[in-house]
Amino acid sequence: MFRNNYDNDSVTFSPQGRIFQVEYAAEAVKQGSVVVGIASKTHAVLVAIKRNAEELSSYQKKLFPIDEHVGIAIAGLTSDARVLSNFMKQQCLGHRLTFGRNMPVRSLVDMIGSKAQINTQHYGKRPYGVGLLVAGVDESGPHLFEFQPSGMTEEMVAFAIGARSQMARTYLEKNLAAFAACGREELVRHGLKALKESLVQDKELTVENTSVAIVGLGKDKDGNPKPEPFKVFDGQDVNAWIESVADDKEAAAAEGAEEGMDVDG
Amino acid sequence: MDHRPQAWGRPRDDVYGAYDASYLHSNTPKTATQSPVVTGTSVVGLKFADGVVIAADNLASYGSLARFTDVKRLRVFLDSSVVGFGGDVSDMQYLDRHLNELAIDEAYDHLTPDSSASKTASLNAANLYKYLQKLMYARRNDFDPLWNQILVAGLDGAQKPFLGSVDLRGTSFTSPSLATGYGAMLAQPIMRRVAATEEDAARLTREQAVDVVKECMKVLFYRDARSLDRYSIAVVTKDGIELKEDEQLEKQSWAFAERIRGYGTQTV
Amino acid sequence: MAAMFSQNPLMNGPNYSFSDAPRAQAPDGAREHRFDPYTDNGGSTLAIAGADFTIMAGDTRLTSGYSINSRFHPKVFKIGGTTADQSDATIALSVVGFTADGEALKERLDAICKMYHYRHGKPMSVKACAQRLSTILYQKRFFPYYAYAILGGLDEEGKGAVYSYDPVGSYEREQCRAGGAAASLIMPFLDNQVNFKNQFIPGSGEGHALQERERRPLTRNEVETLVKDAFDGAVERHIEVGDGLQMMIITREGIQEVILPLKKD
Repeated sequence: MFRNNYDNDSVTFSPQGRIFQVEYAAEAVKQGSVVVGIASKTHAVLVAIKRNAEELSSYQKKLFPIDEHVGIAIAGLTSDARVLSNFMKQQCLGHRLTFGRNMPVRSLVDMIGSKAQINTQHYGKRPYGVGLLVAGVDESGPHLFEFQPSGMTEEMVAFAIGARSQMARTYLEKNLAAFAACGREELVRHGLKALKESLVQDKELTVENTSVAIVGLGKDKDGNPKPEPFKVFDGQDVNAWIESVADDKEAAAAEGAEEGMDVDG
Repeated sequence: MDHRPQAWGRPRDDVYGAYDASYLHSNTPKTATQSPVVTGTSVVGLKFADGVVIAADNLASYGSLARFTDVKRLRVFLDSSVVGFGGDVSDMQYLDRHLNELAIDEAYDHLTPDSSASKTASLNAANLYKYLQKLMYARRNDFDPLWNQILVAGLDGAQKPFLGSVDLRGTSFTSPSLATGYGAMLAQPIMRRVAATEEDAARLTREQAVDVVKECMKVLFYRDARSLDRYSIAVVTKDGIELKEDEQLEKQSWAFAERIRGYGTQTV
Repeated sequence: MAAMFSQNPLMNGPNYSFSDAPRAQAPDGAREHRFDPYTDNGGSTLAIAGADFTIMAGDTRLTSGYSINSRFHPKVFKIGGTTADQSDATIALSVVGFTADGEALKERLDAICKMYHYRHGKPMSVKACAQRLSTILYQKRFFPYYAYAILGGLDEEGKGAVYSYDPVGSYEREQCRAGGAAASLIMPFLDNQVNFKNQFIPGSGEGHALQERERRPLTRNEVETLVKDAFDGAVERHIEVGDGLQMMIITREGIQEVILPLKKD
């Protein structure tokens, strides 16, 4: 019987040059329900499918605020995500305390990247079993970053991670060109449409299982740049968005467009 | 033969003598600056409509001795802010090196994919002021202060003129005009005459502000014994920094001295 | 010699701590050797609790010795909001004494309140915040924050709450409190005007049999006027007080901030 001898720890390469523990951690990300993130020139949004373990239980939170200007979407082990979330929160508070500004999103993501990498190179440590999408705004505009258990981080225009996320990514790739110019609402709708692509047969977006989070550039009352704070929407607050991407609505809109909005009852 | 693993590879005491670990703990007490040694005198700064003027003379004194006469006490940070140092010169040089490191880190953090540093996303004067306040306050908490009073001039997050002061105890404040040391007594009244409030300062033109600051440098040279007639002056605006490091005080008049006993040749 | 100038016989010392002023007693050629980590930056604060509001106030002058360092340096801060502009804060803190310590104290309490909000999903109560502030101060019992703090907010019943502190953390809840340079000038005024001390109904009796004037809670307008009068009085008699008056009015609707002019001489 074949047994893999190179997956007992994360410090040993296989002869093919792979580190199996890190790859297994990446598999844990795929066990988590799907999350989608998109960034435009003015906003970054995260949308997620929440899962309940059984009919009687509540739904697991997927979107977490970190600071005024950043938040994360998680796929994988929620408890590992909380460790990273707390760490990011502390870093943002510390940065604000010493410099009096929002922490640049890239610096923040780089820090969790280095933190996660350490776990892949020390004996007895375990890589984080969670992937993140980090959405935020800073002086250089809105950003979306992907984070993987390997410590890999990368800036994205739009991305999806978690179970069946390939379908969502395909949708995002198809509509890539449109995102940059999208406004707040339009961006959320694109996110939800991508999310729907990844749904299992005869499952639908409901107010119970859908989460939306938005962060964007804004202005204060004096017209100075000030971020529209990262805010998570759940329950009835997401109803209007879900309805706006419902299949029949879409079909009607598509038909309407073809027939010059001239639909008879 | 000692076969215990902890003895492997170690020099034997009976051959080489016991290891002398004394150098590991120093016998001298921890040292800290107890008072400044080589010092710079006042720094003055004044806001105007779309920027800030800041100036300091080029002298470093050793007590009452005019020791170094070509010391630059204004320092540019990230091509967007100017920091002016009063007080101990060695602590100033330490801070200068420290700020250099900070600037390099910040520049690396903001390298964009096309490998050009984006100018919008980096530490502005208000951020730098906050940082220096934290640094100075942390050092005073360790009873190891950096013996300086610092002015930070530049623009804040909203691209408005910014001028702030931090001292060796971490006390920090902002104002339309600021001056350290003797400048607080001699230059502040002159600057407050033209810029009592933020609104007044916002009406000043660049030329007016530069003239007032130069006037202050002249008064300071007349009355502050630890000052020099060669000075540095910088103007910070949105468009960048104009720093001149070897200016000469112009249009001095010592006529007033004629009437003061003790100046010049005594006739009575 | 210094005692000669004392305006406060109880303290039996100078009323102003002018560390920069020449000391008459210093022997010839004496040089300051040890680093003194403290300065007194002057200024005064005041807080009054009403039936359903609290008003916190402070002047905006910052001094050291005889110099006015800044004419606008606020002493009253909103605490525990979730954003940088503290727009959703419910508690205010005033600090007076050594500003660097005061502001460090403010930032620590603010960070703690923010973490509390992040962990518990609700803002800290004033009562809890007050207890925590006392602990923070006492932790530095042997290198104290040289700051007189006053904390204000609304209690669980919605009534105005003012907590006052000494630099090492002793605290109590009060109806009103003045702190800082002009505390000794303002406090007797408050005793009389807020707590109706020494107010009697004329002709209601002889000597000690005089009937006390009935106590009643003050209205918001009355308190605002009291605060302005208290500071106008303090400015007149104390050189470290002046330039601007900052008031924070804490009500169920949030915190409203008002800046008014004071004499600049």
